[in-house]
Amino acid sequence: MANFAKPSVPQFSVDVYQNAYLPDGGRDVDAIVTVTATGGGTSGATGLVGGPAGIVFLVDCSGSMNYPPAKMEGARAATAAALDTLRDGTSFAVVAGTHTAVQVYPDHGRLAVAGPRTRAEAKAALGRLTPGGGTAIGTWLRLADALLTGEDLVIRHGILLTDGRNEHESPEALRAALDAAAGRFTCDARGVGTDWEVKEVTGIAAALLGTADIVADPAGLAADFTAVMENVMGKGVGDVTLRLWTPVGAEIAFVKQVAPSVADLTGRRADSGPRSGDYPTGSWGDESRDYHVRVRVPANAVGREMLAARVSLVLPDPAGGDARPVAQGLVRAVWTHDVAMTTAIHPQVAHYTGQAELADAIQEGLDARKSGDQDGATAKLGRAVQLAAASGNADTAKLLSKVVDVVDAAAGTVRLKAKVAEADEMTLETRSTKTVRVKR
Amino acid sequence: MDQNPQPPSHGLDACPNPDCAEPVDPRDRYCGACGHDLSASADPPAGQDRPTVPIGAPVWPEAPPRDPGSLSTATQHPGDLPGTDSGGRDLTRGGAGAPAGSGEVPVRTDGPAPARPSGETARGDGDFELAAPDPRAAVRAEPAGVPDSSGSPEPPVAAVPSATGEAGETGEAAGVAPAGTCVACRAGRVDDDGYCENCGHAQPRERDHMERALGTVAAVSDRGLRHHRNEDAFAVAETALPDGRPATVAIVCDGVSSAHRPDEASAAAARAAGALVAEALPRGTHPQQAMHEAIVAAGEAVTALVRVPGPDGTVQDPPPGGNSPACTIVGSVVADDLLVVGWVGDSRAYWVPDDRGAPAARLTEDDSWAAQMVKAGLMSEEQAYADERAHAITGWLGADAYELEPHTAAFKPDRPGVVVVCTDGLWNYAEAADALARVLPADAALRPLHAAQVLVGHALDGGGHDNITVALLPFAPPAAGAASP
Repeated sequence: MANFAKPSVPQFSVDVYQNAYLPDGGRDVDAIVTVTATGGGTSGATGLVGGPAGIVFLVDCSGSMNYPPAKMEGARAATAAALDTLRDGTSFAVVAGTHTAVQVYPDHGRLAVAGPRTRAEAKAALGRLTPGGGTAIGTWLRLADALLTGEDLVIRHGILLTDGRNEHESPEALRAALDAAAGRFTCDARGVGTDWEVKEVTGIAAALLGTADIVADPAGLAADFTAVMENVMGKGVGDVTLRLWTPVGAEIAFVKQVAPSVADLTGRRADSGPRSGDYPTGSWGDESRDYHVRVRVPANAVGREMLAARVSLVLPDPAGGDARPVAQGLVRAVWTHDVAMTTAIHPQVAHYTGQAELADAIQEGLDARKSGDQDGATAKLGRAVQLAAASGNADTAKLLSKVVDVVDAAAGTVRLKAKVAEADEMTLETRSTKTVRVKR
Repeated sequence: MDQNPQPPSHGLDACPNPDCAEPVDPRDRYCGACGHDLSASADPPAGQDRPTVPIGAPVWPEAPPRDPGSLSTATQHPGDLPGTDSGGRDLTRGGAGAPAGSGEVPVRTDGPAPARPSGETARGDGDFELAAPDPRAAVRAEPAGVPDSSGSPEPPVAAVPSATGEAGETGEAAGVAPAGTCVACRAGRVDDDGYCENCGHAQPRERDHMERALGTVAAVSDRGLRHHRNEDAFAVAETALPDGRPATVAIVCDGVSSAHRPDEASAAAARAAGALVAEALPRGTHPQQAMHEAIVAAGEAVTALVRVPGPDGTVQDPPPGGNSPACTIVGSVVADDLLVVGWVGDSRAYWVPDDRGAPAARLTEDDSWAAQMVKAGLMSEEQAYADERAHAITGWLGADAYELEPHTAAFKPDRPGVVVVCTDGLWNYAEAADALARVLPADAALRPLHAAQVLVGHALDGGGHDNITVALLPFAPPAAGAASP
């Protein structure tokens, strides 16, 4: 179904923003790497994707989905709406998740190909979903993995909906399932209601390079799934990696995605050659993401210049050959005595350092609040309010204002609210990693 | 070097207008009582903002008393030449652009010049007498003494300005490691972008060290020890006057570091100026006029860079705050019995006679804050040069230059010597003319490339805080017939 006559794989470009100047003895080089993909056969262009896509819907059917029954109704409606947004020709399947995973459409461990008939059949199957049983998300992911990797697909994606904690398998079992699935397919995760565990859902999305969010009101599920599907249908190429070459003697302190949300990739490195390693970024449509890279280079004499890192994007070869780098940027280090040059922090680096601190402050503040540490929570959330205000992260500032009373945003003075709706706190925690770009 | 387009603080306590003398705020540009222009208080055309102060013809060390039998006769006197300055006015009238009230401008001497009796000048008794020629002029007439023969086979008329880009004879030790191998770790291959694929080190670039020697002129440019790239550039050329007599040209430019793409600015300016002089002299243009036109052409070349795409292929608007590419320029032409210099900014030319007993002299007057302060009588030289603003330049080539005012001057030295054309990377380490003369090897006229290398080495030994560029032009008065000491 892929149309090879028209170039539909996005074109990638890499821009590096940094202050390359280091003082005598300086070693840490910070850079923001902006990766932009354009020209993918995406939003608006029908039937033109980089390659065949497969989607598996993982719908929680545990007994709790019946309390209230609106959750199950919302899940059915949302999945039906998502089926409507499937482009014709896309492979798909629907899995009912409980303490085990059951494929409800189509039968026999295959994927169906989207079309009027299969959509109608799938919707009919949704009506037969009945809540009952426990929750073991690892089993759902293993079935999705088996379904998606059984076919020759370029985009392999799961959409997971849960309403409760992963109670019927050990955290280690879920961890093992995530490790097995990582790099094999990507997955967005949604929590409906407020009885689920934020760290479980965000952990699944982070491991499988997808998004996580809360849908507190089941009535909002259909709109959310539609938005998720539009995003997935826009992907033109999957399994893209960020390749980092560093010179002899240099260490990579961290590699983080910092926009549109914070995600630490440091531990996800796979060596791809001498002095180079690949970090997974998942699938790409027309979009732009920013990465913060910190490299620790050997100190050099003033006046010397070296390459601290070469950053490139690596795409899989559609013909099955070796992966190929498509765009690259250079991170440099130049030693100078000019204090004015060495002390200047690049605005992009400063901004994203603040955004990463914002995400950490929210997480630590909420943890402190849960453990009853009122002073710690006030200090951390106050800092978060200050950072959100200073960086213009209005969405996060708004979420924070539902958890704390803001006295002085600029100074970071806040009071903890006596009563906080559970949904508001979970929303803040789930979305704490969302960042904004530098105001221009 | 900085660019300082702001009028500097005047450092005055009271209004210098004798009819006013009100106390003034150091930040004010004008006296609050009478409106006197404080930033140019010694210059009568008050009330005008003049960020680039025209210096006009420099004030030369006045000649010492002449002893008919001595070699120490003064040589540097603009009045001996019926030339014009850049403004087209006669040099003998004290120079264009010199403010009307400049009679009180202090005479600038670089160090302990021979005592000069007040009131007497070399021209006091009419025509200038040439001292007996130095016997070394005869030796100088043979264009043989260039041991580094990298450029000497070039015929004098070839007039190819050696633009920086084509510096083939760079001083890198390329022969040690095989081509394409990193000079830092000796293990890695050098990638297409100029970095080692093993240790990441940037490879020496062409401009890090450049040398060029023609038969009668040599130049050396070095990145120095503290800067990460060389933003200086030079051009040297040998050409001929219409009657076939040889002429030599050297241009040196220093990119303004605080501006955008300073390395490109200096390269463009040196190339344009060198090419223009080399082309104009054979057509019969007066060397001083050629130098003036060359500076104008260099200014246009730098200004045009604003519209030239950068290395990333995009045409960038000049950043706000006036950061378009900018550089200084200094050049010298030696043609027949004439020595011409021209400059904008704080790069300099010095005259060092072969007979080191005779005084050396600086031939240029910086377009710098310190020079302005001294010239305006607001500060002593020591005070001015001790100030952190001392090196802020008040004139430069570039799109954001207020008004390009090339300074040129012509001299007829009566004895052989060497013209040292250099950037502040050198003169920071040998500011006074006699200090420079002491560093310059005695055989500089015979081995100009070697002497230029020695001067660059002197600056590197001193710390090499800036890029260093030196060009040397030996000068010998023509018609060196009788050789008698």
